[in-house]
Amino acid sequence: MNDIIHQLPPLIASHVLLAAAAMGLALLVGLPLGLASARRPRLAAVAVGFAGLVQTVPSLALLALFYPLLLALSAMIGGRIPALGFLPALLALSLYALLPILRNVVAGLQGIDAAVLQAADAVGMTPGQRLRLVEAPLAAPVAMAGIRTAAVWTIGGATLATTVGYPSLGNPIFAGLQIERWDLVLAGCVAAAALALITDGLLGLIERGVRQRRRVPTLTGVGLLILGLLLACLPLLPMSERSITIGAKNFSEQFILARLIGDRLERAGYRVTYREGLGSAVAFRALQSGDVDVYVEYSGTLWADTMGRKDAPSRKAMLDGIQSWMAAGPKTGLIGPLGFENAYALAARPNSGLTTIADLARKAPDLTLGADLEFLDRPEWRAIRDAYSLRFKATRAYSPTFMYRALQSGQADVISAFSSDGRIAADHLTILADPKGAMPHYDAILLASPARARDARFLSVLRPLVNAIRVEDMRAANYSVDRDTDKRTPEAAALWLDARAKVPR
Amino acid sequence: MSTEAKPALAYEQVSRRYAGVSAVDHVSLQVARGSFVALVGPSGSGKSTLLRLANRLDPPDTGRVLVDGHDIANADPVTLRRGIGYVFQNIGLFPHLSVAENIGIIPRLAGRGPVDVAVALERVGLGPELADRLPAQLSGGQQQRVGIARALAGEGKMLLMDEPFGALDPVTRDTLGKTVRWLHDALGLTTILVTHDMAEALLLAERIVVMAHGRIVADATPREMLAGEAGPEADALVAIPRAQTKRLSELAR
Repeated sequence: MNDIIHQLPPLIASHVLLAAAAMGLALLVGLPLGLASARRPRLAAVAVGFAGLVQTVPSLALLALFYPLLLALSAMIGGRIPALGFLPALLALSLYALLPILRNVVAGLQGIDAAVLQAADAVGMTPGQRLRLVEAPLAAPVAMAGIRTAAVWTIGGATLATTVGYPSLGNPIFAGLQIERWDLVLAGCVAAAALALITDGLLGLIERGVRQRRRVPTLTGVGLLILGLLLACLPLLPMSERSITIGAKNFSEQFILARLIGDRLERAGYRVTYREGLGSAVAFRALQSGDVDVYVEYSGTLWADTMGRKDAPSRKAMLDGIQSWMAAGPKTGLIGPLGFENAYALAARPNSGLTTIADLARKAPDLTLGADLEFLDRPEWRAIRDAYSLRFKATRAYSPTFMYRALQSGQADVISAFSSDGRIAADHLTILADPKGAMPHYDAILLASPARARDARFLSVLRPLVNAIRVEDMRAANYSVDRDTDKRTPEAAALWLDARAKVPR
Repeated sequence: MSTEAKPALAYEQVSRRYAGVSAVDHVSLQVARGSFVALVGPSGSGKSTLLRLANRLDPPDTGRVLVDGHDIANADPVTLRRGIGYVFQNIGLFPHLSVAENIGIIPRLAGRGPVDVAVALERVGLGPELADRLPAQLSGGQQQRVGIARALAGEGKMLLMDEPFGALDPVTRDTLGKTVRWLHDALGLTTILVTHDMAEALLLAERIVVMAHGRIVADATPREMLAGEAGPEADALVAIPRAQTKRLSELAR
């Protein structure tokens, strides 16, 4: 529990900063646009229609869509627009906040009695005076209600910023979901909910002040809101100096290895920050652009996804191929393999009577395949499916943790396991042999950004990790984090694993 | 000096069309300074539009509107409107401002000093204790009195009233009409009252202009109207209160 309390303040700070910036941007766009729309019905239809359309996009997808968009934009102007982290999160959340603000500003302005507006003209108000003295105060209560709704959404939605590598209260939620640390999930949820409630309460106070035209509640609310914003952002102050950013995908092994790398770097005097929960495709692009300095990739993932290769060569040939491809193109660096594979494999319950994928092919029409969220879309699946003519009764996708549950409970008969997963040993699962060699290799490899690949001091810190980690140790470390009772934190597992690392030859 | 000789308000061949329909059709009319003119006619006859043309709430399509001898097309509409009191049928008080703030709005906009709200309220027959109330806390008649006080607080010499008593009960109508007539005389105003009620027009105004289909069809004093010298349209309108009066006196016998 202590480690959670320790983690939260900087996460709250960046969460609040993001939500406040997104609200600021949404207001900056939404208020003038609402004003313009209230006077031009056609613009109102277009603007509110667009904002409504944005709302229909699931928020996670909206965040994900900004990544390729910003990358393309960055390439177009040849500049360095960061495609990960703050910017895409800011843009997506602002777009989301736009609808309630826009709709309520328009509704507030259009709800004003026409006679009152005519009177404003008849007493000789200029358009500016009419806006300031009549329209703004009369529309304010309705507009404030929209701003409140937007603020609550934004604070909740900001937890998703974790998925594009911006630290937020989503970090403990997503990490906790992966490693089944419900206390982490709860801590993230409670903190985010508390932020939303406090903000809603203060905005409610302002709304009441505006509605009743009383200064005291309005000013108190505004004052407390600003004070809270400053207080929340206090932990961000010392974070400004240059530090190493370690990337991690969204499962335990990645969390553990990121901490292991981070510990080594910190002992060497580096400041370290983590970007966890990155998707496979996102992580390498982030490395290439320098948003992430170092992370652990798997050779087969890079080979098939990023390099677009369809073949499955030997271990050595694949690593050599990756090295020369990176030198020629993205200029990222291959520090080396860590020494174990986390390959895709098909696993079955111990009593299934299956030993090879060839056995499986005969029984598959009566069986259900449980797969992780990516597997069914991956070329590896197509490779073994076509090599063995696999045809299942049904296929279902799960997050990795729930996939193992599905196998145990019989919801799935075969799953797409990972060879370094601790649950294989713990559940006594049978890994089905691949006699045709259709599955490519998945060596864990340590990759560095273009700048770090040329940084000799940095490389000297991490080189001792090359070929230093045994697959049994990795499985045990993974299991110690994933198991249901007596869980280790990724930090503790990293320390344990580091102690067992082989001394380099 | 020279403006004294000119009419306070003059329309010269003014037309205004809405969506192809003539609301005001080549109207020429002069209103002498200090006179109380009633514009009478059925709904859609163009009387309200004619009023709105006087302070540029509506622009004319053709023709000129002159205030104190100056074409208002060349005037700043904001300054023009601050100098002309305007009262609406649906009152149009600012619901978020107190009675005092409503009354003081024109001097405030013009950057003049604060008005004496108690005096402004007394003029329209209201007590000073209403100053801090919001419009919603007043009766309809009180609201319209505040509307009139607001129109007069600009200290303009012209008062335009667009069916100001239309939404009020008969007793309030009657007393408010008397108040307006008294204010007209006491402040030396030029007043134009739009109404569809011929009896009201006959009792308050000294000149009655009858409109139909965007044109002026009669222009006469109340006496001429009652004497049947103002033409058939005017006679038709006068016939209604006359018939009512006759029936009432028959009932009383």
